[in-house]
Amino acid sequence: MSDTPSHQLSRRSFLISTAAAGGGLLIGFRVPSAGGQSMDPTLEPNAFVRIDRTGAIRVTLPYVEMGQGAYTAQAQLLAEELEVEIGQLTLEHAPANEALYSHPVFGDQITGGSAGLRGAWEPLRRAGATTRVLLTQAAARRWRVAPSTCTAERGEIVHARSGRRARYADLVDAAARLPVPKNVALKSPDQFRIVGKPVKRVDTPDKVNGKARFGIDALPTGVKFAAVAACPVFGGQVGTIDDTAAKRIRGVRQIVRLEDAVAVIADHTWAARKGLAALKVSWNEGANANVDTKALIAECDAALDRPGVTATTHGDVQAVEAQAASFYEAQFRLPMLAHLAMEPINCTAHVRKDSCEIWVGCQRLALARRMAAEASGLPLERITIHNHLLGGGFGRRLEADYVAQAVRIARHVEGPVKVIWSREEDVQHDYFRYHNHSRVRVGLDANNAPISFSHKIVGPAVMARWLPVFFQNNVDLDIISVSAGTYAWPNVHVEYVRVEPPTGLNVGNWRGVGASRNAFVVESAIDDLAKRAGKDPLSYRRELLAKSPRLLNVINKVAELAQWGTPLGAGRGRGISVLDDFGSYVAQVAEVTVSRSGQVRVDRVFCVVDCGLAVNPDIVKAQLEGGIVYGVSAALHGKITVAEGRIQQGNFDDCPVLRMHDTPRIEVHVVPSAEAPGGVGEPGTAAVFPAVTNAIFAATGKRLFELPIDPTQLRNSL
Amino acid sequence: MSQQLSINGVTHTVDVDEDTPLLWVLRDVVGLTGTKFGCGIALCGACTVHIDGVPRRACITSVKSLGNASIRTIEALETTPVGRSLQKAWLDLEVVQCGYCQSGQLMSAAALLAGNAAPSDADIDTVMSGNVCRCGTYGRIRAAIKQAANEIQHTTPEGAQ
Ligand code: FES
Ligand code: FES
Repeated sequence: MSDTPSHQLSRRSFLISTAAAGGGLLIGFRVPSAGGQSMDPTLEPNAFVRIDRTGAIRVTLPYVEMGQGAYTAQAQLLAEELEVEIGQLTLEHAPANEALYSHPVFGDQITGGSAGLRGAWEPLRRAGATTRVLLTQAAARRWRVAPSTCTAERGEIVHARSGRRARYADLVDAAARLPVPKNVALKSPDQFRIVGKPVKRVDTPDKVNGKARFGIDALPTGVKFAAVAACPVFGGQVGTIDDTAAKRIRGVRQIVRLEDAVAVIADHTWAARKGLAALKVSWNEGANANVDTKALIAECDAALDRPGVTATTHGDVQAVEAQAASFYEAQFRLPMLAHLAMEPINCTAHVRKDSCEIWVGCQRLALARRMAAEASGLPLERITIHNHLLGGGFGRRLEADYVAQAVRIARHVEGPVKVIWSREEDVQHDYFRYHNHSRVRVGLDANNAPISFSHKIVGPAVMARWLPVFFQNNVDLDIISVSAGTYAWPNVHVEYVRVEPPTGLNVGNWRGVGASRNAFVVESAIDDLAKRAGKDPLSYRRELLAKSPRLLNVINKVAELAQWGTPLGAGRGRGISVLDDFGSYVAQVAEVTVSRSGQVRVDRVFCVVDCGLAVNPDIVKAQLEGGIVYGVSAALHGKITVAEGRIQQGNFDDCPVLRMHDTPRIEVHVVPSAEAPGGVGEPGTAAVFPAVTNAIFAATGKRLFELPIDPTQLRNSL
Repeated sequence: MSQQLSINGVTHTVDVDEDTPLLWVLRDVVGLTGTKFGCGIALCGACTVHIDGVPRRACITSVKSLGNASIRTIEALETTPVGRSLQKAWLDLEVVQCGYCQSGQLMSAAALLAGNAAPSDADIDTVMSGNVCRCGTYGRIRAAIKQAANEIQHTTPEGAQ
């Protein structure tokens, strides 16, 4: 998502140093409290760097690891400026504390929106550099030399002229007594020796031997296991329960009834699941018992004919439209989508009289803590969260509903309880990407050149609930991101019509966020416009992007990589897309084969990314590769439907995803750059939808206005 | 019902109903959490273990069916040369993202290489398509399997099988 609201870094950038408890140096940021006073100076600040007298360097990482390489990249930034090797660092998850670890743009403790590295880029380097400068000053004082004659190297300060060296460990106490230097100079990219290099990931060795601990692996002493079922009709409640049979299952300890869910607590998960299956529950289905997908789609369609609020406007679309020789008009529909992170939703909680402990993997820790406090009735400071590795996030773990649920269950249980959702529960009680509809209208002059671009967007305002600072003047700033692409339209008008799902049907963020809807809409329209103008989709885009050098560069590179223009066989086609969002510039070319029966196979995807300085180019590649696979899965198969208020899908059989045999060959090229880093988790996903449908268009002449791709629409189209 | 299970060469006595899937015995009773739960119905491969050398989905393998079979999990992968080669290739090529599926991927790959020293792309597809990875690491998994196969072939003494 775009960084539109600017919460400035300076809001929280009091860098401080202090002596660590037990000796040593501690560097962190002091957060001014609401009144502008700095907080109690005896409180430990959010230590980014702690060096003790043995030389152990512990660093606290504010952004969670969910496979995107966050730990490695953050460690690279710190190690670079600290002048140590990554292997010298001991990495720790930041605890839940929104005052200390908020993302500078979001204003809350969030890892998501491809924004983690952009948030860490400056503060982490500054923390590392400040630590290094303090240590250098301490050594210079000891040796009575000018600090400028000393250098830092691999955990030591060196005075080359005299050959003296001192280990950081021997300097920390002296350094802790020095005042924090202001405006420490950061390295320039040409001085980097760790940043920008494909250094080995730090989180992976334990992920190939079973030792890595995900949230689902937490086993606090005495833990019991819960299987849970929320009312299958969203928004419904528990009616009556007959637990006679469930209680007879060996290992079942207890049945817990919540307002909207039941849980069976047992000695192990299987007993809990058997108990749940044996539990007879009648549900009060509530107001949504008749909701179905058809009605939800009809509501969004109808909303397309309602006036919305203006989201963006440049020039004068109305006046120009009066002069248009013709119009291009198209309507697009995107389905509801589930996340299907590999690790099903789970949370372990232990509620005591005066405290609550939680073991979980969550992208939004501070929210998790707030919700746990509310659910337990305990004050915030009595909540401890042990964050774990995440077995995929994709936006699902930006919510913390499951933390609240686990706490509500744990309130009834003696000792810790691990709540694991079945895959079906995980799918059916997701925070879905909701239906999104769009109407595009482009005014064309007599030569079919665009003179105006209007886009009406229909969808929910996820930000109004999830991050209100991104909901301004009744416009969800995420849903409208890149809604006109990055094209040089002389006149633009974007309108937003808010449509919310029925209460109880939860919607949230899905990988690629706003861009994953709008890239599809805009890049499909552009392809159609190229066709209408009788131009090649690549050259047409080039003309419209003449003033965007970074996009031009990626689009030219990807065309070269994909050998754009060389012939492909019958039933095959290439499609191109570009995207400028998350601070990164991405172009993709997909190659598809469409069979006579309309089946689509995505054979290859080429992707060129300019994400500014790639802190770790190999991780950038991996993120784009993964994002593309995630997007192709959704383009081909992603569709969640509702009947009688229930989600109709539940597992990998009715929510098919790409597997080894049908995954395209993917080639990612990272453009070298020294610009500030952009996000790379989302754009791979967002840009691949139109690359694929444009390739289908090239292969068959059939434009798809709806996702997922429907083979029946392509049957006999060759 | 009390039953003895041989897991990674160690005998464990567990007392669970005989229909209990091995997955939950490993994770909840024995405390070996490297084997993962992903779907519960043999659709994703996250729970793959070796039973007498054969890859099986632990989520649908009841303890009753095990008898005194030898069960090996991801925690013991490094005890075999194939396992070590695969782990090395996985790290060399930076296959892993979130890592949640990778125990299962590695166990499937180990079984593949144990039976087929030089798998073709089609062989890899056949065996590995049972393992879902939502982070999309398939391309690297394929490359890592090939690298490991290569390494094993070149370190195996001539004639030794
Ligand atoms: S958990 Fe066993 S195959 Fe998915
Ligand atoms: S690495 Fe995340 S699911 Fe495979």
